Amino acid sequence: MTAAVRAKGAGKTNIDRFLAVLKWGLLGLIAVGLIAFFAQQIAPSNPFAVWAHGEDGATRLTGAQYRDLVVAGLSQGAMYGLIALGYSMVYGVLGFINFAHGEVFMLGAFTGFIVSTKMDDNGWWEGGAFIPALLFTVVVCTIVSTVAAVVMERVAYRPLRNSPRLIPLITSIGVSFVIQNAVILLFGPGAKGYPSNPDWLEERIPFLNIEVKRLLVIIVAAVSMAGLWYFVERTRTGKAMRAVAEDKEIASLMGINVNKTIVTTFAVGGAMAGIAGILWGILFRSVIATTGFLPGIKAFTAAVVGGVGNLAGAMAGGVSLGGAEALGPLMILEPLGVEGVSQLRDAVAFTLLILVLLVKPTGLFGERLSSEDRA
Amino acid sequence: MNLDMKLVASRGGVTALALVFLALAGMPVGLNPRMLIDPIFSLGYLSLLWIPLVMGGMMSQRVELEGIESEGGGVGEVVAGGLVGLFGGLGLSALVLLVDNFDLRDPLVNWSPQLVEFLSFGRGIGFGLLLWPLIGAGLGAFGAAVRLLPSKVKKPLLAATLTVLGFAIFETFIVDVLEPLENLYANTGGLTVTAAIVLAVLSAGLSAAGAGRQVGKARSSYQLSTGAAHTRQTALLIGGSAAFLIILPMITGKITQELLANIGIFLLLALGLNIVVGLAGILDLGYVAFFAVGGYTTAVLTSPNRGPNFDFLPVLDGRFGWLIAVGISILMAALAGLFIGAPVIRMRGDYLAIVTLGFGEIIRLLFLSDWLNGWFNGAQGITNIPPADFGFAQVKGTDPRAVFYLVLVLAAISIYVSWRLENSRLGRAWMAIREDESVAEAMGINTVNVKLMAFVVGAVLASFAGSVFAAKVGSIFPTSFLILVSIIILVIVIVGGMGNILGVIAGSVVLVGVLGGPKQPGLLQEFSEYKLLIYGALLVWMMLKRPEGLIPNVRRSRELHQEEFLQDAWLRGEVDRDEAASETEAAANGPAPATGGAS
Repeated sequence: MTAAVRAKGAGKTNIDRFLAVLKWGLLGLIAVGLIAFFAQQIAPSNPFAVWAHGEDGATRLTGAQYRDLVVAGLSQGAMYGLIALGYSMVYGVLGFINFAHGEVFMLGAFTGFIVSTKMDDNGWWEGGAFIPALLFTVVVCTIVSTVAAVVMERVAYRPLRNSPRLIPLITSIGVSFVIQNAVILLFGPGAKGYPSNPDWLEERIPFLNIEVKRLLVIIVAAVSMAGLWYFVERTRTGKAMRAVAEDKEIASLMGINVNKTIVTTFAVGGAMAGIAGILWGILFRSVIATTGFLPGIKAFTAAVVGGVGNLAGAMAGGVSLGGAEALGPLMILEPLGVEGVSQLRDAVAFTLLILVLLVKPTGLFGERLSSEDRA
Repeated sequence: MNLDMKLVASRGGVTALALVFLALAGMPVGLNPRMLIDPIFSLGYLSLLWIPLVMGGMMSQRVELEGIESEGGGVGEVVAGGLVGLFGGLGLSALVLLVDNFDLRDPLVNWSPQLVEFLSFGRGIGFGLLLWPLIGAGLGAFGAAVRLLPSKVKKPLLAATLTVLGFAIFETFIVDVLEPLENLYANTGGLTVTAAIVLAVLSAGLSAAGAGRQVGKARSSYQLSTGAAHTRQTALLIGGSAAFLIILPMITGKITQELLANIGIFLLLALGLNIVVGLAGILDLGYVAFFAVGGYTTAVLTSPNRGPNFDFLPVLDGRFGWLIAVGISILMAALAGLFIGAPVIRMRGDYLAIVTLGFGEIIRLLFLSDWLNGWFNGAQGITNIPPADFGFAQVKGTDPRAVFYLVLVLAAISIYVSWRLENSRLGRAWMAIREDESVAEAMGINTVNVKLMAFVVGAVLASFAGSVFAAKVGSIFPTSFLILVSIIILVIVIVGGMGNILGVIAGSVVLVGVLGGPKQPGLLQEFSEYKLLIYGALLVWMMLKRPEGLIPNVRRSRELHQEEFLQDAWLRGEVDRDEAASETEAAANGPAPATGGAS
């Protein structure tokens, strides 16, 4: 960052000092929280735990609880990662944050709701017909999300290709608003419940004792990710995408159809968001028009944590964010005596975003940092 | 006569899709009870009919490229417009058939017999099926034809339409202000047919007689005047509008006063955001956080029902207690501005936007959380906030007139501050940063400090609004401070015109006045379900077609249209050819060739 270089040259300003205090304060808080957590795991009534929680001391986290938290974090994180891929790819190619990408995910989840209820009405959402029905639903969700992303690009973003950077961002906020409210008007404002999953999906597998549906989510996410990686790294279209991300002008001189490649990028990102949408539906069995908002922002956070523009980073960022969200409240805040920690999950996610931007603005895997890309 | 069939087909498809979407979104049926002209024309029909009209009109748009106007097409364009409208009408007919024969009510809530009845005008399906394509084609052709008419005919027509619509939409307000005008309206609401005709004829006559030209002349003479004359005219204008605003709430009823008070609160918020977004070019999506800080600080200081952990503070519910609370709110908001601003200020624009949005959410979540329940009461919020007591007057929610006067004073202060800041050294530094941060820095501006100042000033203005809001509503809940509020304020600023105080005022009057705020109803109360959709659509549309807003700031619009501006200047021979070319290239910053001012 040029700012950091400048600051070193010019001596420290008050803001640098403030940021340093904030950074070390947050890191210190995390360290203290972790130490307190381990202390209360070993001795639930150690003096600090008694001070933070009152006479009875803290409650230990059992191994089973811990495992469930980790698995919940991983499955949630896998979905964040899938959504983050869309942010990351669009950011890599066009250099702007597609705020409405969360709505693409929501549309996927909503389509999943409609298709699965219709399936359920015919009795296909159970028994032997479930797997084909699920596959069909995944395909429909993917198609709807892909089309939504492509239409969005065509209508709202293409005319703004060369405008100042904030203009497409503001437009995408508007697009997100429109899609959310259009869904509310068309389908009603209430939460929609998915039909209940077949029993085997709700059970736990032996040995590891993990819920089957969470495992399914993680596996599907991993497979999609692998497919995407193959597409981007090993096919001609993927090569074209990387070339356009590197330099649009030179890519077009090399005979690459830039417009087509950008559409492909949106389409692939939309497809990933669609898969995340149906996975969300299977996992939480409920969708509402505002479902896309928080996961969307968190997926952006995941993309930043992993390093924007980097596919593996997006997935790693998603998983780290999911893990931090699941474990952070109980491993850091709860040992410090904070009440109602589960309400602060979202706050933990945003704090992580701020912390990453303070400590390592390029993210875990971010490498490319030309002045034009991020200043 | 050569028709571009591809264009006609695609525009026609869009028209049909838009009509079907609006019908399924429930707009026509939901808005049908609101009569515009009783009993023949309701808001429901208007919500559909404008689409073929506008889309048809787009078919005969005159394209001006490189200063040369394309020839007006005449018959061909009218036919094209008619075809576009026809497609739209066919779309609705198809919808009628589908709704009548299939049942998709399960996911689509508005897939109902009422929709069929509305779309067939209550006279059987066949009637609707035949009539909609005709209506569509007629309106499309009319829309295309209007554009080709000479302005002598076009202007009175436009004036008549706008007047009738205006009188119909502002019914509540007009009746509230001038009781005798009630005779214009039918008992069930809406203009009577006679009144509509009289109004149309009157306004068309006035327009034809050149009333519009007189206004235009007066405006340009004001803009061209200089020196003492200009100052005198400005003073007259300001004095006139101030007198108008002071008298207005005295002659209106409660509904209008309430509306004016709401407009004022959002104006305060928008003025603050205008400094951050419009002048300094920082996209702050967590702006609502400062509104919340102002509101909560005032609530905590003045209400006896605050969280018990605040008991060490005295309750400021006596005389001038509110004023002291405002002072402390300002301080807290400035601190919050510094605290939120410092970590984000060096980030690039789009990162900053998302991170501030995150901060906005964090602050709301903290107010909501069990953890701080002892301080802010969580979801129960803080109730029993006393009215603002000034000794000679009390400002509380049941007296919207007093709220309005209070807001008016605060808005006047904010406008004065914004106006002075805009032309100050600081304001010029903000604009320099907005235009090019690196160059601004090279010119010796301490960009970090200057941007932080923008954050702080914006935060303070928002905290004013928060304090007034607390005293007006009398209670405060975390749900009053959703991110939605930030975005609506952003729409107000953008639609009005970023960086232009007049634009921001116009934006808040039009949007909050007509559509309403996030929870506050506007003049079109029937729109409450649809207003968020309209806000979003407006935001997208403004960004695509007119990013500088309705009343643009001159410098801002030049930035946004740099290419076209340079091209025009080059055509007029004002800019050296090479210089313009290289600048245009730099501005384009991409492979697509500059397309010029086609829109």
